[in-house]
Amino acid sequence: MKDRLEALKVEAIGKINESQDLKDLQAVKVAYLGKKGPITEVLKGMGKLSAEERPVIGAYANEVRDSIQKELDKKQIELEHAAISEKLAKESLDVSLPGRPVKKGNPHPLTAVVTEIEDLFLSMGFTIAEGPEVETDYYNFEALNLPKGHPARDMQDSFFITEDILLRTQTSPVQARTMEKHEGQGPVKIISPGKVYRRDNDDATHSHQFMQIEGLVVDKNVRLSDLKGVLETFAKKMFGEDRKIRLRPSFFPFTEPSVEMDISCFKCSGKGCSICKQTGWIEILGAGMVHPNVLEMAGFDSKKYTGFAFGMGPERIAMLKYGIDDIRHFYANDIRFLKQFKNA
Amino acid sequence: MLISYNWLKEYVNIKISPSELADRITKSGIEVEMVESLNKGISGVVVGYVQECIQHPNADKLRVCKVDIGQGEVSQIVCGAPNVAQGQKVAVAVPGAVLPGNFKIKKAKLRGEESHGMICSLQELGVDTKLVPKEYATGIFVMPSDAEPGSDALEFLNLNDHVLELGLTPNRADCLNVIGVAYEVAAILEEEVKLPNTSITTTEEKAEDFISVSIESFEDNPYYGAMIIRDVKIGHSPLWMQNRLMASGIRPINNIVDITNYVLLEYGQPLHAFDYNRLGSKEIVVRRAAEGEHIQTLDDQDRTLKDTHLVITNGTDPIAVAGVMGGATSEVQSDTTNVLLEAAYFASGRVRTASKDLGLRSEASSRYEKGIDRNRVFAAAMRAAGLMAELAGGKVAEGIVEAGKREVNTYSVKMDVSRMNGLLGTNITAEQTGVVFNRLGFSYKETDGHFEVVVPSRRPDITIEADLIEEVGRIYGYDRIPTTYLLSEARPGGLTENQAKRRNIRNYLEGAGLYQAVTYALTTPAKSAHFSFSGEEVYPISVAHPMSEERSTLRMSLLPQLLEVLQYNRNRSMEDLAIYEMGSVFINRQEVLTDLPEEYVFVSGAVTGVFNEHLWQGERKTVDFFVLKGILEGLLDELNLSERITYEAGEIENMHPGRTAIVKLDGISVGFVGQLHPALQKELDLKDTYVFELNATSLLEKETDQMVYQTLPRYPSITRDIALVVDQELPAGDLTTVIQAAGGVLLKEVNLFDLYEGEKMEEGKKSLAFSLKYFDPERTLTDEEVVTAHDRVLKSLEERFGAQLRK
Ligand SMILES: [Zn+2]
Repeated sequence: MKDRLEALKVEAIGKINESQDLKDLQAVKVAYLGKKGPITEVLKGMGKLSAEERPVIGAYANEVRDSIQKELDKKQIELEHAAISEKLAKESLDVSLPGRPVKKGNPHPLTAVVTEIEDLFLSMGFTIAEGPEVETDYYNFEALNLPKGHPARDMQDSFFITEDILLRTQTSPVQARTMEKHEGQGPVKIISPGKVYRRDNDDATHSHQFMQIEGLVVDKNVRLSDLKGVLETFAKKMFGEDRKIRLRPSFFPFTEPSVEMDISCFKCSGKGCSICKQTGWIEILGAGMVHPNVLEMAGFDSKKYTGFAFGMGPERIAMLKYGIDDIRHFYANDIRFLKQFKNA
Repeated sequence: MLISYNWLKEYVNIKISPSELADRITKSGIEVEMVESLNKGISGVVVGYVQECIQHPNADKLRVCKVDIGQGEVSQIVCGAPNVAQGQKVAVAVPGAVLPGNFKIKKAKLRGEESHGMICSLQELGVDTKLVPKEYATGIFVMPSDAEPGSDALEFLNLNDHVLELGLTPNRADCLNVIGVAYEVAAILEEEVKLPNTSITTTEEKAEDFISVSIESFEDNPYYGAMIIRDVKIGHSPLWMQNRLMASGIRPINNIVDITNYVLLEYGQPLHAFDYNRLGSKEIVVRRAAEGEHIQTLDDQDRTLKDTHLVITNGTDPIAVAGVMGGATSEVQSDTTNVLLEAAYFASGRVRTASKDLGLRSEASSRYEKGIDRNRVFAAAMRAAGLMAELAGGKVAEGIVEAGKREVNTYSVKMDVSRMNGLLGTNITAEQTGVVFNRLGFSYKETDGHFEVVVPSRRPDITIEADLIEEVGRIYGYDRIPTTYLLSEARPGGLTENQAKRRNIRNYLEGAGLYQAVTYALTTPAKSAHFSFSGEEVYPISVAHPMSEERSTLRMSLLPQLLEVLQYNRNRSMEDLAIYEMGSVFINRQEVLTDLPEEYVFVSGAVTGVFNEHLWQGERKTVDFFVLKGILEGLLDELNLSERITYEAGEIENMHPGRTAIVKLDGISVGFVGQLHPALQKELDLKDTYVFELNATSLLEKETDQMVYQTLPRYPSITRDIALVVDQELPAGDLTTVIQAAGGVLLKEVNLFDLYEGEKMEEGKKSLAFSLKYFDPERTLTDEEVVTAHDRVLKSLEERFGAQLRK
């Protein structure tokens, strides 16, 4: 009887190993371990055995059962894994196919440049002041030390609407308005970005509409050397840590002394190239100490307060930074142009 | 301003090269825009003597010359210039010579005749045609007879010189002349200025016996001086003078005119030479022109004058427009013998007005406009008279006949060294300051760092302390000013709420797939009014002197320009476009603009073509109304305004009448969204295009609720769906509004999830299905409560719209 059980065990394990899928395996299980299976049959014949033999055979029969069950379980796991693998194999994708695009636009390059500059000055404790684009002659010129008939008005050919109202030619009127609001009390620490307009024919380097960012600090003890510090920080942030700056004397009616700031050329580092016209320096912005007349007209005591102001053109900065050769690109809004600034 | 390096060296000792000099001048405050070498790469050009000049045997227009080019060498040169002649001294480019543009001269055979080089015109030597004296304009240049054959022709023609082009700011009119630049250079290089000799020998005749001078208004003409130079002989001015004029951009004419121009460049003082014999009287009267009075100017144009113009008259008729241009009748001509030399100071406003009205800008007028040195008028007159004696054989009558004040007193300006250091951030001593003033040629008194500086009359731009501080700073050197950081108390910077929200709007729209455009604010009068939703009477704002009709009127909407951008791109075969702009529009409600117009920040977008696309999965969705409305809904939610916004069907000019919604905030119109009118689409050659425009200023000035945390729901919600049959034209939004109102506090969400208008519906009806979510944050709702609320909703819908539940 023991031999019979042993033979069944070998036979069952053989069948288990031959099983191709879970269905086969289930059939094997029913065939050998089921209530009508051969082991049950064997056990039914146990009554014929002696009292000594019975527990021995009984124990052995259980052992055989357990072995078969163990093999069944093992095979079951094996087959399940195979089934999953087969299913997954059928589900596999061509991962090299392109993904579903997510709609995304980006800022205009001028906005990108203006925002970068704004953030820099915000981090230095400046706030942003804004004002109207259609201005009075008073704020655009007179409050900035440019009375009617002043020859320096010729430097800016203006779009007048009436004798006293014009499209602002600079964002400086915002400075005049802001100072006036402060009623003679410092400190004032602002930048004013915005659009300005001049009667220029549009060409590669001129535009009748363009942007400006001006800055103004008015307080007790503001010095030209402080202006140098602020401008140096600006130049390094916008054009790289290795930039050197140089101030050259210049003239603006609303500042005295007035300076122009050059940065060392970022392309050739000062050796001379086409960008810096072989000089090693690139003109970036105009600045100066606020003219006493401008302070006084806005209600500040020029004996107590001093200040500095600076102004720059985002178009020029963007053109330098990105190597854009024609200012008209900014206003044509060719989508192929705009899309290039997704990381700007 | 063009400055000849060689000429400048006559007044100040310069030991550095032209480019080094340019660098130093630039650093000290006057930008040298260019240093031009007059040489332009020329070599191998010598003086030649034309010994013989005969007709070319085979060519009518050519001559065969035998030219002595020095050291006994005589070359045969074929020349095509009409003015070449035996006995001339000429510039010869010998074989191997190089002319501007790297043009190499070789031996050649011209129509069978050997030619060993070329006789040059000034143009061939790189001189601009408009500067070449007229008589040589179409031929070779004839040099003075004392030129030595074989010597370097460039030296004679001063073509080894360099010209510095100064970019002068309006405050530095003092550098519109060579002496002024010499003062500047002397200050930079710590050198002295050597002024020209202005002492002259006069005859016993007295100028006052020839002429009298009177001025009607000293305000218009503070000073007028006249000198008489007799017996001049009109001819060429010497070559050195012609060279300097040409280097400075002025064409030589004749000795008398050249002298006035030369002294103009040297002293910055405009001068005019009249033919004394052609004056028509013995008096000069300076007065305002009569309205409509005529004068024939030097350029033979008849000019009509206004009473704002100042004229020089002979007592009756105008003989010159003051400071602008002389008259033709009294012009110096080849037979002129007696000259009246005018040296005057005219008010800049008078000159500016006349020059502008007559469209005449000259070297003289521009100097008067910018301001000349009042105290240099007399010296310039002496200098010119002296040159007329020296170079034109003239005899100078004694004295200058004057009206007005010849000189004005100089003034002084105070400057404090400690205030200077406070403004510059420097530690410059009083001693160093004094040295700078000495270099500038400013005299001063100083006690304990308090300076009192006498401003020379050539520098009227210096009027206040800050001007002197700038002078010291720039000569001391801006590169020696330290770099410091603001001492002021630290205050936080940062965006205002409004500014931060505007950035949010931009970021949101870009995140939603729109590219930012920046367009022009000026457009055509017609386009400026398109899409206006400002209501009431608005008046377009046009600039007085537009550059073109295209850019003449301020926009009232951003859309016309955005549509131009779509067109621009479509013309370049880019048809799927999504753009937006944020910018100002200008609304004027005044018939006559006296106050500033209203300015609003608008945010507008335009989308056309495919909006969503995933090609290999077959997805390709063109933009429709709901794409844009969805973007707008998201934007208004971003601004925390969505619950106060309604969309109502409405009509806007140029928009599709059935596909446009007016966007209202608290019931007030703040913009619109919809499809462009198909007629406009066709006109612009655009495919279906959807746009929106919002008045961001209005949106952002509204107070919004502070964000408050809502407890997460702890009790279950109950959802009921209803399908309603209603009239087809009933807006779904109306149903939603009624459902929300009727549902009461327990109704927390209403979502439209189905719309059916198919054939299974009764004619003129449609079915809309809503999902309603009820819950109470405090407790579990009972069925009864929900049923009560839900019945209320159904009843209201039936009462208001006759809505039936769909079976
Ligand atoms: Zn460079």
